[in-house]
Amino acid sequence: MLEIRGLYASVDGHEILKGIDLTVRPGEVHSIMGPNGSGKSTLAQVLAGRDAYEVTSGEVRFNGQDLLNMPPEERACAGVFLAFQYPVEIPGVATSYFLKTALNAIRKARGEKELDAMEFLQFVKDKAAAVNMDDRLLKRAVNEGFSGGEKKRNEVFQMAVLEPALAVLDETDSGLDIDALKIVADGVNKLRGAERSFIVVTHYQRLLNYIVPDYVHVLVDGRIAKSGDKSLSLELEEKGYGWIEQAAGESCSAGK
Amino acid sequence: MPPTSDAALERWEQQEYKWGFVTDIEADSVPPGLDEGVIRHISSKKQEPSWLTEWRLKAYRHWLTMTEPTWPNLKYPPIDYNSIVYYSAPKQKPKLDSLDQVDPKLLETYDKLGIPLEEQKQLAGVAVDAVFDSVSVATTFKKTLAETGVIFCSFSEAVQQYPELVRKYLGSVVPYSDNFFATLNSAVFTDGSFVYVPKGVRCPMELSTYFRINAASTGQFERTLIVADSGAQVSYLEGCTAPMRDENQLHAAVVELVALDDATIKYSTIQNWYPGDVDGKGGIYNFVTKRGKCQGRNAHISWTQVETGSAITWKYPSCILQGENSVGEFYSVALTKGHQQADTGTKMLHIGRNTRSTVVSKGISAGRGQNTYRGMVKINPGAASARNYTQCDSLLIGDQCGAHTFPYIEVKNPTAHMEHEATTSKIGEDQLFYCNQRGIDTEDAVNMIVNGFCKEVFRELPMEFAVEAQKLLEVSLEGSVG
Repeated sequence: MLEIRGLYASVDGHEILKGIDLTVRPGEVHSIMGPNGSGKSTLAQVLAGRDAYEVTSGEVRFNGQDLLNMPPEERACAGVFLAFQYPVEIPGVATSYFLKTALNAIRKARGEKELDAMEFLQFVKDKAAAVNMDDRLLKRAVNEGFSGGEKKRNEVFQMAVLEPALAVLDETDSGLDIDALKIVADGVNKLRGAERSFIVVTHYQRLLNYIVPDYVHVLVDGRIAKSGDKSLSLELEEKGYGWIEQAAGESCSAGK
Repeated sequence: MPPTSDAALERWEQQEYKWGFVTDIEADSVPPGLDEGVIRHISSKKQEPSWLTEWRLKAYRHWLTMTEPTWPNLKYPPIDYNSIVYYSAPKQKPKLDSLDQVDPKLLETYDKLGIPLEEQKQLAGVAVDAVFDSVSVATTFKKTLAETGVIFCSFSEAVQQYPELVRKYLGSVVPYSDNFFATLNSAVFTDGSFVYVPKGVRCPMELSTYFRINAASTGQFERTLIVADSGAQVSYLEGCTAPMRDENQLHAAVVELVALDDATIKYSTIQNWYPGDVDGKGGIYNFVTKRGKCQGRNAHISWTQVETGSAITWKYPSCILQGENSVGEFYSVALTKGHQQADTGTKMLHIGRNTRSTVVSKGISAGRGQNTYRGMVKINPGAASARNYTQCDSLLIGDQCGAHTFPYIEVKNPTAHMEHEATTSKIGEDQLFYCNQRGIDTEDAVNMIVNGFCKEVFRELPMEFAVEAQKLLEVSLEGSVG
C-alpha cells in the first residue's frame, strides 16, 4: 500500500530526513518512535504534503500512485489522513459543515454520490456514537475553544468519518491524560481493519499499550536506525533511546 | 513537490467581475458639469415643487463653500466634479403605468442580473424598486403593499404623490449641509426609493431596491428615505452593480431612516459596484451617507452591510439614538481585494436614556486591498445607563494587504457601559493545510474560513440574501489572493 524509498527532506535548508525506507501493507500498524528532533513529525508532514518541507530525493508510492506529485487535497482524496499533533481552530465554521465539505470532496473524488444534509447527519451521528464522541461537538466551530483532549478526539472522529486507507497519527498521545488516551486509542482500535493501515508516530511507548503495533521503527537523525515488533518499544521504555543512538552513530562512522 | 496552495491562490487573481456588461440603451442626459442651470434642469425634468428646487439650490450654494474631506484613509486622484454627468435617464415613454411599458432592454438587463421585475417571478415576499442610472424604472408589488397602507415608490413619485411626507422628513436626519458628498447629493439627487410604513403596520414583505449604474461618465446620486411610524416594522434591502469601465464613476448616495415610537427598521445592503480591474483601473467611487434616527421611545434601527465592490468605499451607516430605550445596530462585512480601498464603519450617537448599540465589523483584506474600520461611539450627558458593545475583527489574506482600525469613544455620562473588542488574524498556512488535508481544495477552504469569519453578520441578513451574500463573497474572493 505505501512504499517509501530513499526519502530525503529538508526544511529551510536543514536536512531532516536522510534516507527513509519503509513498506506498509494493508491492515498493518507501524509505530514510528524516536527521540525529539529525529524527524518523526517531519515524516508525517511530508506524507501529508505540507508545503514547508522540501523533498530533495526519494520516492513515495501509495497504492501505485506517485504520492509526492499530488497536492495535499488529492492525497486526502486518495485516502491519506493525518491526525494533527496541533489541530488548528477555524472560528465560525461548524464542525459538521467542515466535515460534510470534506467528506463530499472525498466522495466526489472517489466517484461516489455526495451526501445531502440529512444523509450526512445520520451518517455522522452513527460515526460519533462509534467513537464515543459527543455529537454536540458537531455544532461547535472546528476545534475552537476545544480542550487538548477534545481536539485529539475530534481528529480521531474525523478519521472515522473520512474512512481513510492510511491514517498517520502524529503524536496523538501528546498532552493527553490517561483517560483521554484510552478513549483516543479505543477509537483508533475500532477503526482498525484488514484494509486500513496506520502509522502511529509517538515519543512514548505508553500509547502502544493501547494501540498495539505490528512493527516498531526507531528513527534517529532522519534514518530508521532499528526496526522490530512490539517488544522493541518495551525495550525502549526500559533503556531509553541512548543505546540505539550510539549504535546508529557507530554504524554511521563505520560507513565513512 | 506538488503545486503549492500559493499557486492555487495565485490563479484566482484573474477572476473577472461578472456584472460588468453595458446595456445599449438610448439615454436622455445633460452635458457634463454642474451649475445652478443643471440643478434647475433636473428639478424641472422631474416637475418638482419650488420648495424642493430651492432646497437643492441651497445645498448647491453651500457645497460650493465646502472642500472634500481629506481625513479618510484613502488614496485617489482628485475628482473632477465638472466632468461628471449629473443626470442620465433611459429614454422611454414619459409615464409608466405597468411593466409592459418598460423598455424590454431594461427588463433584460435586470433579468441578466438575476433581478426579475415581473411580479410573478419575484422571490416570495420581496417587493423591488429598480433604479437604472438616475431614475427608478419599476416598482413591483405596489398594489399589495398599498392594501396595508405601506407606501413604496420611487423618490420622484413620492415628491409628486406625497409631498407633505417628503417635505417633513427630507433632510431631517441628514441635513443638506451635512458633509461634502451628502450636500452634493442634496443638490443633484435624481431618484431613489421612498418608503412610509403607517402606524402599527408591519410591512408584509421585504422591500428591496436594486441600483444599476449604466451610462458612462455618469454619477449616481440617489436618495432614499424610509419612515416607520409608531409601532411600524419594515425590512429593506438594497443591491448594486455597475458595468466595467476604465474611468472611475462617482456614486454619492444619501439614505435617511426615521423610526418613531416602538418602530423597527432593518436596512440591509449588498454592495457590489464594479471594483476596477486587477491593476486598479476604473471602478466606482462610493461615497455614501447613511444615517438613521431613532426618534421615538423603543425605536430600533439595524444596519447590515456586505460591501464587496467599489474601488473606494467611504461609508458610515450611523444611528442617532434619541428616543429613550432605543436600539442601534451595525453589522458589517467589508471585503477589499485587488486595489480596492474601504474606509467604513459607523457612528452611534447616544442621546436618550437607556439607549443601547451594538457594532460588529468584519473587515477582510486580500491582494493589495486596504481596509479601514472607523467608528465613533458617543455618549451624551443625558444618556444615562447607555450601553455599547463593539467588536471589530480583521482578516488578512496574503501579505500585501492592510487592515486599520480607528475607533473613537467619547463618554460624557458616568453610568455608561462600554465594551470594545478587536482582533486581527491572518488566514494561516496552517488552516489551509488542515482543510487541504481533509480533502478540501484551497479555494473552498478560503471561502469556508471567510464565511466562518463573517457568520455573525450574515445571520443578521434576511434568509434569501444571506445566501446571496455568501455566494457573492465567494465569487469576489476568487481571484483575490496571490
